[in-house]
Amino acid sequence: MAIAKRAPTELAKQTFEYAPAPESIDHIKIEPRYGLFIGGKMVAPHSKKRFPTINPATEQKLAEVVEADEVDVDHAVKAADKAFEGWSRLAPSRRARYIFRLSRIIQERARELAVVETMDGGKPIKESRDVDIPLAAAHFFYYAGWADKLEWAFANRKPRPLGVAGQVIPWNFPLLMLAWKIAPALAAGNTVVLKPAETTPLSALLFADICMQAELPPGVVNIVTGGGKTGSLVVTHPAVKKVAFTGSTEVGKLIARSLAGTGKRLTLELGGKAANIVFDDAPLDAAVEGIVNGIYFNQGHVCCAGSRLLVQESIAEPLLEKLKLRLGTLRLGDPLDKNTDIGAINSKAQLEKIEELVESGVEEGAQIFQPECKLPERGFWFPPTLFTNVSQSYRIAREEIFGPVLSVLTFRTPAEAVEKANNTPYGLSAGVWTDKGSRILWMAERMRAGVVWANTFNRFDPTSPFGGYKESGFGREGGRHGLMPYLELV
Amino acid sequence: MATALSLSHLGSLMRGVRSVDEVGAEERAASLAKRSIKKASKLWALDLAIRCMDLTTLEGSDTPGKVAALCAKGIRPKPGDATIPSVAAICIYPARVADAKEHLRGSSVRIASVATAFPSGQSFTSVKVAEVKEAVAAGADEVDMVIDRGAFLSGDHEKVYEEIVAVKEACGPAHLKVILETGELGTYDNVRRASILAMAAGADFIKTSTGKVQPAATLPVSLVMMEAIRDFVRETGRPVGFKPAGGIRTSKQAIAYLVVLYETLGAEWMTPERFRLGASTLLNDVLMQIEKERTGAYQSGDYFTID
Amino acid sequence: MPAAKSGNGRVEVRKTHKLFINGEFVRSESGRAYRFEGNVNIPRGSRKDLRDAVRAARGAVPGWAARTAMNRGQILYRAAEMLDGRRAQFVDLLGSARAAQKEVDNAVEALVWYAGWTDKLAQVIGATNPVSGPYFNFTIPEPTGVVGIVAPEEPALVGLVRRVAPALCGGNALVVLAPEKTPLPALTLAEVLATSDLPAGVVNVLSGYRKELLPWLASHMDVNAIDVAGCTPDEVTEIEKAAADNVKRVVKHAPEEMSPYLITAFMEMKTVWHPVGV
Repeated sequence: MAIAKRAPTELAKQTFEYAPAPESIDHIKIEPRYGLFIGGKMVAPHSKKRFPTINPATEQKLAEVVEADEVDVDHAVKAADKAFEGWSRLAPSRRARYIFRLSRIIQERARELAVVETMDGGKPIKESRDVDIPLAAAHFFYYAGWADKLEWAFANRKPRPLGVAGQVIPWNFPLLMLAWKIAPALAAGNTVVLKPAETTPLSALLFADICMQAELPPGVVNIVTGGGKTGSLVVTHPAVKKVAFTGSTEVGKLIARSLAGTGKRLTLELGGKAANIVFDDAPLDAAVEGIVNGIYFNQGHVCCAGSRLLVQESIAEPLLEKLKLRLGTLRLGDPLDKNTDIGAINSKAQLEKIEELVESGVEEGAQIFQPECKLPERGFWFPPTLFTNVSQSYRIAREEIFGPVLSVLTFRTPAEAVEKANNTPYGLSAGVWTDKGSRILWMAERMRAGVVWANTFNRFDPTSPFGGYKESGFGREGGRHGLMPYLELV
Repeated sequence: MATALSLSHLGSLMRGVRSVDEVGAEERAASLAKRSIKKASKLWALDLAIRCMDLTTLEGSDTPGKVAALCAKGIRPKPGDATIPSVAAICIYPARVADAKEHLRGSSVRIASVATAFPSGQSFTSVKVAEVKEAVAAGADEVDMVIDRGAFLSGDHEKVYEEIVAVKEACGPAHLKVILETGELGTYDNVRRASILAMAAGADFIKTSTGKVQPAATLPVSLVMMEAIRDFVRETGRPVGFKPAGGIRTSKQAIAYLVVLYETLGAEWMTPERFRLGASTLLNDVLMQIEKERTGAYQSGDYFTID
Repeated sequence: MPAAKSGNGRVEVRKTHKLFINGEFVRSESGRAYRFEGNVNIPRGSRKDLRDAVRAARGAVPGWAARTAMNRGQILYRAAEMLDGRRAQFVDLLGSARAAQKEVDNAVEALVWYAGWTDKLAQVIGATNPVSGPYFNFTIPEPTGVVGIVAPEEPALVGLVRRVAPALCGGNALVVLAPEKTPLPALTLAEVLATSDLPAGVVNVLSGYRKELLPWLASHMDVNAIDVAGCTPDEVTEIEKAAADNVKRVVKHAPEEMSPYLITAFMEMKTVWHPVGV
């Protein structure tokens, strides 16, 4: 990064190359093959099909996991169903203690979980270490405390658990999404069959071990691995009373259709195309950080990513200049290196999708900017990318890319910002940057989105309800509101 | 030579200074502090930390003897080890400048003198200017002045500005570092405003603190000042240096400052011409860390001279 | 049910029943009607009427949602006043029996009850959330937008009011499908709402054949939620399939339910974060 035009020759020698600082992996034990976690233990599957899970940063195989079939899923659901009676009738305070245990064990095994998460999913270790795992533990801790306070949660109603919850989670925050699903379900007295994403099953399988370590009653949590087919078997199983899905809007719609008329309770946390809106009076340096955090955090594999930057025309130039400089300081590479900001793209398929959409952006006439950035030879990588000259109609401004790709649009007035921000079928999140308090509230009121970050972005907390408007899904996760989907209120 | 802004523009300049989000700045600084600097890059950074150090003593009890020892330590931080560079400067009171001049002759170590009724700045401008002139006449290569925080906080930006301009003129060839005493400014918004004000008035460096007020230098306050420098350079093309001072005692802290510097202002600021670390007790910890990197063994203070 | 009785030589001036779209009483654009109870013609709303109703509702959302909670409460209370004033007419429509009187009373009560909820809901359902960090964080309920309501055949008045009132309470704009076999209470309720200071388009009422309207309502991409209180299980299945196309919320609460949880079934929870600093 260079700022001043003139550079004394003496200074040209100055470099501050950070030496590799890899997180140690010698304490990590990954089994060559995993079974399924059913009825409180790892069991041999009925399915003969297995598939490898690889490290997307190296393309090396980490382990083989089962593609659970109908019989396996049926076993898991039956185990959960069988466990439901005991678990739902267990004294709530005892239920709470088991969930507290899960939280504590996650904290105790935090580094192991972080490293496995990074190896299996490609996200930078600093994120799995500082965000994913602590938040997962916090989520269990928060909901553990609810287990024996449900009677106080919903005025004038008696809460009843629903039964077996079938939960299907994505690959972008594997353990954190597991926590978002399992913690409230268990606190409410339900039992669970969870299917982790195809490309990131390992932290869920480690969590199976944590359940055993916590001596959680058998069958309360069951984990079946597999792809979309397995997920579909889980959600459509007749004994599953409650379905919770986080993933693409496309699959969410398929699930909603497949459950039509079944009476199963459903919550969906789907895609997004969030606007991050910067006004001319914004604290610009903070806004730049917020923009970077909004779209390059976790390689942009974030449903609530601030993938559309709406910047007030009068400050577009200085903001973009700052932003481009900042992109130049992002460090892409080995996800296990503690200094890595941008890790590997989660899978080949996802990389191809990103490449396809970025190509469409170039073809449609947007101007692409990518900082100088050396990509490793093996693995799946995509440099942080920024598009200017983007119209609302371009695919890159409408479709969820789920990658480190930012589309920049401009606006002139607050009303125009609102109009453009809401002009999408999605409605998960939005960002607003301005120094003016009344404008923040005015904007927040008008954003058709479930989460509005004002002068910040991509903040998460177990006490804070999260979920979408419109095609970004329904139901909330987090907070007292996050209990509701797992309870019948009578 | 800095071109001072006309005073009529000062008001609009101050009003145009962007606000700083406290939480955002602190989170950014905290995330940079988590950078892991290892092996060769660590040794390089520690070496740079010494080369950029303003080795400081600012006590009422400072004597010619104390200053002599400090000079010796500054020239040759680790006796018998020529690979350890000299520090950038020693930083002392004006009355001790002449003592130091003697001991530093022939070395690369410069003399920085605090001035302008350091540390409070609560005196007459004429006295301050006179003090600066005497310090420079006694041999100071650099002057570390304090701004008039009373004037700044009362909204009299003009007075602060004019005083800096006057001191800058009094400095002649000496480099001027302007101490904002951020611990007394109350908000990052004020830090940013004071930074822009000082740079506009001609500061060669802006510096966080006197070391006599808590909090002294912090990472977020430094980030905010560096961001102000970045914007100032963008507007004017004139590079301004940065000096955090006060409370920097460990190598780990020093490296964190270098990381923030590197990722905010870039490699071109990683030189004593544009970056200084004001510190009185940091040096030995840096030496111990260098030795640890070289030998692999954790070190004892008994093997490093105290001065 | 003698909707148009004549006697004593008096020739009654009959009412032409109309759809209620965007604050106006209109005939179906299709020009069609169906016969109901002898001589009464009920407009047979078409998919284009439905399209117009949704458009009107969408246009009314921002203004209605932006009304203060107290103002919405006053308007709902005004609707209760208007309904109570027409008590005799509704009792007559519903069959003049003791049950009919009870039903009208219950409908009035539902409007009054929900009128009082508008400015309490956020306090009971919303939250400030103690997040781990220097942030102020709060959650508030907001209207989901355009809501389709498929009213039950019976009880024709209170069944409808128990859906319309909470959906309005939450700040939504509605497209109501009147029950096919008992349309008059719904169509007449439109007259009540039309005189309750409700802005045009906030409630739209369509009569017609369920099978002609329901699929269009269920698949409409600009409808955010649909209440299926009046639907058969088979209809619910079809609605749920179609609703998936735009992730419509399908509200399946018990028909007689009156609760703040029903109001929030037509609402979205919005969480706002802001740093706390100087």
